[in-house]
Amino acid sequence: MHKLTVAELSKGLKNKEFSSVELTEHFLNRIKASDLNAFITVTDDLALVQAQAADAKIANGNAGILTGIPYAHKDIFCTKGVKTSAGSKILDPFISPYDATVSHKLNSADMIMLGKANMDELAMGSSNEKSFYGPVKNPWNKNKVPGGSSGGSAAAVAGRLSPFATGTDTGGSIRQPASLCGITGIKPTYGRVSRYGMIAYASSLDQGGPLTQTAQDAALVMNVMAGFDEKDSTSIDRAVPDYTQNLGNSIEGLKIGLPKEFFSEGLDSGVAEVVMAAVKEFEAMGASVQEISLPNSAHAIPTYYIIAPCECSSNLSRLDGVRYGYRCENPKDLEDLYLRSRSEGFGAEVKRRIMIGTYALSAGYYDAYYLKAQKVRHLISEDFKKAFQSVDVIMGPVSPTTAFDLGAFKDSVSMYLADIYTLSLNLAGLPGMSIPAGFSNNMPVGLQLIGNYWSEEMLLNAAHQFQGETDWHSRLPEGV
Amino acid sequence: MQRINSKVRPIGIHDCQKGCSMVWETVIGLEIHSQLKTKSKIFSGASTAFGATPNSQACAVDLGLPGVLPVLNKEVVKMAVTFGLAIDAKINKRSIFARKNYFYPDLPKGYQISQFELPIVGEGEIEISTGDGKVKKVGITRAHLEEDAGKSIHDLYDDYTAVDLNRAGTPLLEIVSDPDMSSAKEAVAYAKKIHALVQYIGICDGNMQEGSFRCDANVSIRKQGAEKLGTRAELKNINSFKFLEKAINLEVERQQDILEEGGSVVQETRLYDAVKNETRSMRSKEEANDYRYFPDPDLLPVDIDDELLEQIRSNLPELPTEKKQRFINDLGLSDYDAEVLTSQKAVADYFEAMLDVGADSKLSANWVMGELSAVLKKNQTDIENCPVSAQAFAELVMRIADDTISGKIAKDVFKAMWQGEGSADEIINSKGLKQMTDSGAIEGIIEKIIANNSAQVEQYKGGNTKLLGFFVGQVMKATQGKANPKQVNQLLNEKLS
Repeated sequence: MHKLTVAELSKGLKNKEFSSVELTEHFLNRIKASDLNAFITVTDDLALVQAQAADAKIANGNAGILTGIPYAHKDIFCTKGVKTSAGSKILDPFISPYDATVSHKLNSADMIMLGKANMDELAMGSSNEKSFYGPVKNPWNKNKVPGGSSGGSAAAVAGRLSPFATGTDTGGSIRQPASLCGITGIKPTYGRVSRYGMIAYASSLDQGGPLTQTAQDAALVMNVMAGFDEKDSTSIDRAVPDYTQNLGNSIEGLKIGLPKEFFSEGLDSGVAEVVMAAVKEFEAMGASVQEISLPNSAHAIPTYYIIAPCECSSNLSRLDGVRYGYRCENPKDLEDLYLRSRSEGFGAEVKRRIMIGTYALSAGYYDAYYLKAQKVRHLISEDFKKAFQSVDVIMGPVSPTTAFDLGAFKDSVSMYLADIYTLSLNLAGLPGMSIPAGFSNNMPVGLQLIGNYWSEEMLLNAAHQFQGETDWHSRLPEGV
Repeated sequence: MQRINSKVRPIGIHDCQKGCSMVWETVIGLEIHSQLKTKSKIFSGASTAFGATPNSQACAVDLGLPGVLPVLNKEVVKMAVTFGLAIDAKINKRSIFARKNYFYPDLPKGYQISQFELPIVGEGEIEISTGDGKVKKVGITRAHLEEDAGKSIHDLYDDYTAVDLNRAGTPLLEIVSDPDMSSAKEAVAYAKKIHALVQYIGICDGNMQEGSFRCDANVSIRKQGAEKLGTRAELKNINSFKFLEKAINLEVERQQDILEEGGSVVQETRLYDAVKNETRSMRSKEEANDYRYFPDPDLLPVDIDDELLEQIRSNLPELPTEKKQRFINDLGLSDYDAEVLTSQKAVADYFEAMLDVGADSKLSANWVMGELSAVLKKNQTDIENCPVSAQAFAELVMRIADDTISGKIAKDVFKAMWQGEGSADEIINSKGLKQMTDSGAIEGIIEKIIANNSAQVEQYKGGNTKLLGFFVGQVMKATQGKANPKQVNQLLNEKLS
């Protein structure tokens, strides 16, 4: 049952091959038996109540397409009455009194929340080693990282602990773990999925999206997750198409651009081979390929590591120990309360980024850092704009390597460098996907697809066509 | 900053220690926080009503819970634009919300959403009367939208500070003046002018006790004629016009004392303590926060199109200056009377309500500015809390106009009305105060008085015409003031000639 896709489970439930309660219990048992550390909180009781309600709807014939399907919810989305920690000690005591818009939408679609997925603390990290609740293991090799920050989500889907998981992507946090865990992930256009109730890391970059086995599943879930939200001023009032509608379209004549900057030194040769083989597959399906240039790509890392820390230094100020969350013991005065609650509550990586951001926004440095970064950000967007005048989709690697060993990176900066292929499209606000494209040294390799604004339908269809010709997405880690 | 008034007046001449004579001039700029009169907060749907149970009007957004996002209340944009148009200011077609970052328990997000580089209202100006009958223009640097913080209550518990977040997220329009004022009196005149204006255009209730209208004053002094501004102190926490004047004068004296003793003024924020009538240092520039302003990524730029601008312009209510001009042109009031009557919206409203029921404009003006304002002052209240409605007061004034009562009797009737004894007509009737207009009856009384005071009659006829007042007094006394004075004078003249 756990190997089935969302689409297959939906049919099974509809045909009464199994009930939602059976399905839910099956996944809860798998989670209990798992040593991946993919979940921070497992909400068994709540899940079973939701499953019973879903079964009643199915029995009444009132079921929607996703009714009764379980999922893992990244612990960055607020869930009413359930701990919402974002992987941080500072929010460990936080039981959210309200639902994020995405939580509400998934609830309204009668989906079953199995629990809250592990993640790098406050979405800062690319390995899921920065979680207060310990690292998540990669189901393909438990000595390796699953990627991050949506590492718990990716591991849960890859390890078939959940048919689908939510994620968020600020600089690659959906695509990179999807790539490292051999699953499908999509980061939609900025403004497509509501950020309300999604604990903010970097507001101008954050975007929620699904991690699934297949592009078809991603389309099904996107139908629920996407949409304008009047509670989020940056969400865009634009009709949501049925993302499954055009999944059968031919990709004959699709123009693929390969940015030369994505294939330069630093890219692992094994990864490069897999990516190029996948591109060949697209060519075989009737797509054409041309080399393009994104000349400002090299600036994406410094630009991102100014803008994201600046925004996070301000976004995280509310975690001050005053109203909710962790508070130090016996503060002697207000300054002590702030100082110790935050020093004890935040992990090292979060503190590092808060300090970088605070510094960069300070009087006298603002122009040199934040303002300059915004200008470069504009240039990066312009690169893409120009590229999309001649191609429909940009392809390349997601990550320069396959999953690395737990504890392999000792310093943060070298880990930042691994985000090189994913950051630029967050800076531009563009949609992107990672789909399983093969293996290198027995570890999965993802292919990145980058589309123009609002091109999710095209991306999902291209991915779906590829998955019709290949079986990388249905390969399973040993023992699953 | 930019527009320094050259006609600054010296506030005092002092001898410095070296024996030279030095004249100081004062430079004042005001920052006024005007709370906008919206039903809900600037970035959330929670109510802005004053005085609710602590923290009962703070929703998830106001509490700064993780994940919540601000959504701009469009009403505040309209209100800010209305203000901008009223002072003939530049309206920025695109303005940006920025985050002002600092930690304080009553600031839930750890930043205040404000406007920094691109405020909604740019440069404008307003005219004030300087008291010596002259008019002065005060420049307005900018006006920007921002959210208010909550309230910290330090004296409720011994070991804790309590925080009430009901006020958090209340919309404010911060109006920043140029340093164009050169005395405490001018600063008060300016503040009153803005206070009246925001009420006229209906964007603020102007209630200073509840903190709906608050002033901070930037005060510095310099040698007369000096081009460079002196180091300024920012006075905070001033919630009445009286305190504004006192605080500025105290600060000017303090700075003069420092400079005349050879010291230098430190740039700092000072708190005005109304109880002790002193200002004291809150924090110096070195201790001041670096607010790390940057554009709020959760909010889009505010774009104002021509259509909205025109819509607001065409719905702009009559402004104080326009009303004043109308009072002069259409009602024939003097410049002074028109100025006084329009200086507060509530007074103008009261006056106009009197005209609506038919009272004479000049007589109404005299009675509002005279007796009514004197009684209000004596009772330490204002026109909004006046127990006698405009309609009731108009009735009284109309009884003077139609000779039912004299002005003197009217004062007594007004006293009774103030006490709640009834309407003007009710009181006139029940107390029998109706003016005596029967010539025959008055003649009878006059004849009796002439007969009883032959000595005075002789003197009068002998040329002492001043004695006419004596006879009038006697008649009034005999009629308990009810005789029509005009008639009495006329008849006395006839009888004594």
